[in-house]
Amino acid sequence: MNATSKINTTTASAIEASSMTNATPLVRFEGVRKSFGELEVLKGIDLEVKTGEVVALIGRSGSGKSTALRCVNGLERINAGKLTVCGRDLHNGNVDLRELRQDVGIVFQSYNLFPHLTVEQNVTLAPRKVHKIGAAEARTLAGEVLAQVGLSDKAQNYPEQLSGGQQQRVAIARSLAMRPKLILFDEVTSALDPELTGEVLRVIEKLASEGMTMMLVTHEMAFARSVADQVVFMHHGKIWETGTGDMLANPQTPELRQFVGNGL
Amino acid sequence: MFGLTIEQLAFIFRGAGWTIVLSLLGFVGGTLLGLPVALARASHNRGLNWLSGAFVQLIQGIPLPVIMFVVYFGISIGGYDVPALVAAGIAMTLYSSAYLGEIWRGCIQAVPKTQWEAGECLALTNTQRFVYVILPQALRIAVPPTVGFLVQIVKNTSYAVVIGFFDLTYSAKVINNSTFMPFTVFTIAALIYFAICFPMSALARRFERRLTRS
Amino acid sequence: MSYEFDFSFINDYMPDIWYGIWLSLGMTFVSIVPGFALGTGCAIGRLYGPPWVQRLVTIYVEGIRNTPLIIQVFWLFFGLAVLQIRVGPFPAAVIALVINVGAYTAEIMRAGFQSIPKGQLEAAACLALKPSQSLWSVQLPQAVERVYPALVSQFVLMMLATSIMSQISAEELTGVAYMIQSFTFRGFEVYLVIAAIYLAMACLLRLTLLGIAQVSFPRKRRLGTSL
Repeated sequence: MNATSKINTTTASAIEASSMTNATPLVRFEGVRKSFGELEVLKGIDLEVKTGEVVALIGRSGSGKSTALRCVNGLERINAGKLTVCGRDLHNGNVDLRELRQDVGIVFQSYNLFPHLTVEQNVTLAPRKVHKIGAAEARTLAGEVLAQVGLSDKAQNYPEQLSGGQQQRVAIARSLAMRPKLILFDEVTSALDPELTGEVLRVIEKLASEGMTMMLVTHEMAFARSVADQVVFMHHGKIWETGTGDMLANPQTPELRQFVGNGL
Repeated sequence: MFGLTIEQLAFIFRGAGWTIVLSLLGFVGGTLLGLPVALARASHNRGLNWLSGAFVQLIQGIPLPVIMFVVYFGISIGGYDVPALVAAGIAMTLYSSAYLGEIWRGCIQAVPKTQWEAGECLALTNTQRFVYVILPQALRIAVPPTVGFLVQIVKNTSYAVVIGFFDLTYSAKVINNSTFMPFTVFTIAALIYFAICFPMSALARRFERRLTRS
Repeated sequence: MSYEFDFSFINDYMPDIWYGIWLSLGMTFVSIVPGFALGTGCAIGRLYGPPWVQRLVTIYVEGIRNTPLIIQVFWLFFGLAVLQIRVGPFPAAVIALVINVGAYTAEIMRAGFQSIPKGQLEAAACLALKPSQSLWSVQLPQAVERVYPALVSQFVLMMLATSIMSQISAEELTGVAYMIQSFTFRGFEVYLVIAAIYLAMACLLRLTLLGIAQVSFPRKRRLGTSL
């Protein structure tokens, strides 16, 4: 893990710069509501994510945590309340999702790598098409972000040649290559065997230590406790309890107590 | 009507009748010959497998009009003067059997292997297993693609025009030669073909949807 | 039955046979790329286009797929003649083939696009790619690779279908055969030879198209697996 231990100066300085100019939170939920047909999955969410902060969303399946996350980059549209992300009001119908998504990356549970492209092409597709960078610059960029996730030697491989854990790390690198202000992680280790989970979590942990702003939906309680600045427990579409990682050690509500009891 | 006389229209419809006759011939013949082809293709007997495979490859690699000609001239070298309907019927039989055989082989092989094993546990003979366990399931899978192939049969009977068989295409060509109204004449012919084929296409799709749902 | 086979016509008419082969293969290869482009465009139109485009494409695809090629060829060739538009048999044949194979390709490509997992589209959108960029760089290559075997079969069928173009006096291989048999009265032998040539051409076309896949799908070349 030699390559990964080097701190990436570009990312770090970019984040420093944005945190100096941005005193307001990167993400702000104010009474956000979201329904799928008759079913209301978010029943008034209030939450703030500051620059450089790591926020872990936990809760049972169906508690609304994934929906809340997907609202942040516009994969789901909110029905009521106010959601501001990187200075954009998402309730406003004419927000440019493509612009928003250049600032907000997402990593999925099922990786969703492009199977017909090599690792390097996967990572550089969006920077080349969206940011219009040249071939040489793209190659350098791929080298940088793949080093960040410890996969420098896999640039010319195809996704199906990699293990699940490696594929997920490529997906993280693909997100990093867009130089986002914020990355969303949607249960990124849920599809992985336990022995592959660790390598992905270590990459996320390193990004956290480098100051990347992140929101993650996770079932890994120990990880949430050690890495997250803010842990949010969701229950029945509401934020039931919120606090630092230590909240998990002494839950205030019976619901969180039961959840943690089952989880550990 | 449409600038054509009733007689001319009737002539075209008479051709359509022969198109249906040839289609039926092709389907019945294709079924009779296609079933053994499918069984041979799916069998574990090497010789049968190779032979039926070669037959399918051969027919699928030769244009149907050329098959029509080969059959037509092949019969006539025996000194027989056969009507075009017979030559076209034989050609359609050969053609349909190769494609139907291949379609049905796929259906037989789509029945899960566990079904064969289940049949074995019930102490059934090979034939019994095939007739009572595999065949009913394969038939269910076979309905949509078979109906779909009927459309191909109807359309491809039009190639019999090369050996002078009187069908819808032939009659339309004759009427066009005397009226010089190609758009009218061939649009009418196309609409008749469409009226025969489209319901079958739609039916095949419906069967397929029903099958994938269950 | 005592029939003496006589294949001596092969020597006498070899140049004509070569010309027929040339014309048949020429028609096929000229039609493949535009036919594929038309079909892919229609598939995209039917999946993502506005309602009127979807309806138009559906009418085109169903109309072509439920009528015989030969009727389409006659409609076009004799129709253009009546309209006083002078088009040679070869261009007319190619136009008919492109229109015909476009409809079949549209259905194949539509199935290809629909077989791509939803997550791929979501990932492309979340990387801020425009819908057109996602279509071109993410969906199209995967769709083509997935349905490539079906496309190859379709183009082989199209090559075989060129055999009716002599009906509009494009003297392709079957037309040449008809000419030879009318001079030699050796119809059976002539068409046996012609059948063998078509068989070889079908093999050749299939191998060529599969070879193209090996070159144009680098992932397949490296891994040998299908998508």
